[in-house]
Amino acid sequence: MRIDKHPILKFHRGREIEFELDGRGLTGYEGETIAAAIHAAGVRTLRTSIRLGRPRGFFCAIGRCSSCLMTVNGIPNVMTCITPLERGMKIETQTDKGHIAETGSSPRKGPSALAAQRPRGGRRGTADAEEPSRAEEPRARDLGHTPLAVVGGGPAGLSAAIAAGRLGVESVIIDENEAPGGQLIKQTHMFFGSKEHYAKVRGVDIGGRLTSELSELPARLLNNTTVLGLYPDRALSLLRDGRHHRLSADAVVLATGASENMLAFPGCDLPGVYGAGAVQTLMNVDGVVPGARVLMVGAGNIGLIVAYQLLQAGVEVAAVIEGLPTIGGYHVHGAKIRRAGVPIMTAHTILEAEGRGRVEKALVARVDADWRTVPGSETEFDVDTVCLAVGLSPNCELALMGGCEETYVAELGGRVAVHGSDLETSMPGVFIAGDASGIEEASTAMLEGRLAGLAAAERVGEPLDETLLESMRDEAADGLAALRSGPFGDRPRTGKEKMYDLARKLRQRGERREERSVDVQK
Amino acid sequence: MTYRSDGVLNRNDLDRLFPSEERMKRGPVVVVECVENIPCNPCAAACPRGAIRIEGDINETPSVDFEACNGCGLCVSACPGLAIFVVDASGKGDTATVMLPYEYAPLPEVGEEVTTLDRSGGKVGRARVTRVLNTEAMDRTPVVSLEVPRDQVMDVRHFARRSRRP
Repeated sequence: MRIDKHPILKFHRGREIEFELDGRGLTGYEGETIAAAIHAAGVRTLRTSIRLGRPRGFFCAIGRCSSCLMTVNGIPNVMTCITPLERGMKIETQTDKGHIAETGSSPRKGPSALAAQRPRGGRRGTADAEEPSRAEEPRARDLGHTPLAVVGGGPAGLSAAIAAGRLGVESVIIDENEAPGGQLIKQTHMFFGSKEHYAKVRGVDIGGRLTSELSELPARLLNNTTVLGLYPDRALSLLRDGRHHRLSADAVVLATGASENMLAFPGCDLPGVYGAGAVQTLMNVDGVVPGARVLMVGAGNIGLIVAYQLLQAGVEVAAVIEGLPTIGGYHVHGAKIRRAGVPIMTAHTILEAEGRGRVEKALVARVDADWRTVPGSETEFDVDTVCLAVGLSPNCELALMGGCEETYVAELGGRVAVHGSDLETSMPGVFIAGDASGIEEASTAMLEGRLAGLAAAERVGEPLDETLLESMRDEAADGLAALRSGPFGDRPRTGKEKMYDLARKLRQRGERREERSVDVQK
Repeated sequence: MTYRSDGVLNRNDLDRLFPSEERMKRGPVVVVECVENIPCNPCAAACPRGAIRIEGDINETPSVDFEACNGCGLCVSACPGLAIFVVDASGKGDTATVMLPYEYAPLPEVGEEVTTLDRSGGKVGRARVTRVLNTEAMDRTPVVSLEVPRDQVMDVRHFARRSRRP
């Protein structure tokens, strides 16, 4: 079902086009993703699991998980949640691992051949129709060198490029999507914080402001481009237009964001169990409702905000449940849905999602202080969607691949690359910012991104305006400290302090080692 | 129960936030239902009279000078938490007005009768919509005024259009 009237958003739908799903003719809109078009047509099962043949719908809707892989125009394993729909596409529910050879091209031709088969051009993108013969192409195209490479065009990445750009340092921003903005593009609510840092502005409008600010600075956006690897010499390998590219940089800012956590319970793989971010993407970007009645799991800010956005999209929210005895998010976010009649059930967990081929019911029970379910407290909800808002994990794969030291900090959401307060990792010249460096929210990500951009600019070593650098750094650092200083900032603040301590120790150890080796040389 | 466990402010929380009976009789006045230390200050920035202040740390809860407030309502659509309301119990009759933020579509019509809801979504009664403000400066947070029985002015915080949710 599509959203017709929305209080915040206007959906600019493309031309109506026809496509085929398992031989059945359907219509969708140009520019929307395959998964959204299929969902709007009322179909939730996109594939079946390989061994047990269990039906699967999408889960993350941002190209992170593999729940939405389908066969498109004969090409298997297409991420339908980020691949734009095109006229006449033949889409098939995938029931196995897929057969690459059938598509007529061997994956052995080169590192890019496999990827080149995918129709994927990125969200809202158009895949290049004309592909010159790859036989004569070198293995990787060289994109040359840039002073600063920023991986990820979300709030942290854009802010890093802006900060560096204001100091005159050129950057290349690499993003997987057609348009920059990261997850800001689906945040319909007004941001908190201070006026200087976009408070009161809706997230969906902040991305545009950052991009327009960037347009006056020496920064270039490489959209529809995936970073495949980071190497110790700060070389990046990229996938763009189905082809392998190389870019080297004096400094790199990793702003790769986070992935949604899954929760394990019987039926958690049923189509209709969706991540909260996926639900936001579906309804706030594509204008398609996830279902008619939703159970929200998790009463942190994301759970509360997405529950409210569901109400705004005309979807009923049966309840928000939360395992902890208290609501994790801001009271004001909870109050908005409470007065609209949505109960918030703290100390409750989901036991099971039931249904034939799709969610039809959810079973919920009270938990005691030791997280044991209280017998007799079970409640059944007639819902067709279970939305999981149970936290995020930093996307730190690139940092680890490059060789950054990593550690586990529970307060930051799990495994993270070790970084100091200047956001530099253990790899000289490689910085990390935003959710990729520890889960917080977009306002802090923007400030952290700025700090990383400034530190990276300093590292690049061009003659910089020191006064401007210092004033920008002080402003961002003060803003960040203020945002983290309240009770809701306790957790990230504690996590970051642990992290900075560890980074200091590592650096000292490294310096001592260097001193020793200098002594030996003497 | 506290708002931390069920999301609803109780009498104790609210008593500290309400203006005096005497002040309410004198004209429209703001009620800021924001009790947590969260980093946020657009309310203070929105007030042209300096009646709402975030003193010192941005995490401080807003402090309201009810004498300085004239109930203009600029802060209602400026609050990212939709936690600000304006009440007017100055009329001679037995009705009063509640101004509340309403981010749903479609907006109600002036004159429409709606079902009023309290902070936990419970039905309070019925009310008539007396004004719907939705200017560009309000950036898609319209403010709806409801005429409610005077004794409900501190309970009504939302409404449902009849045969519609929410």
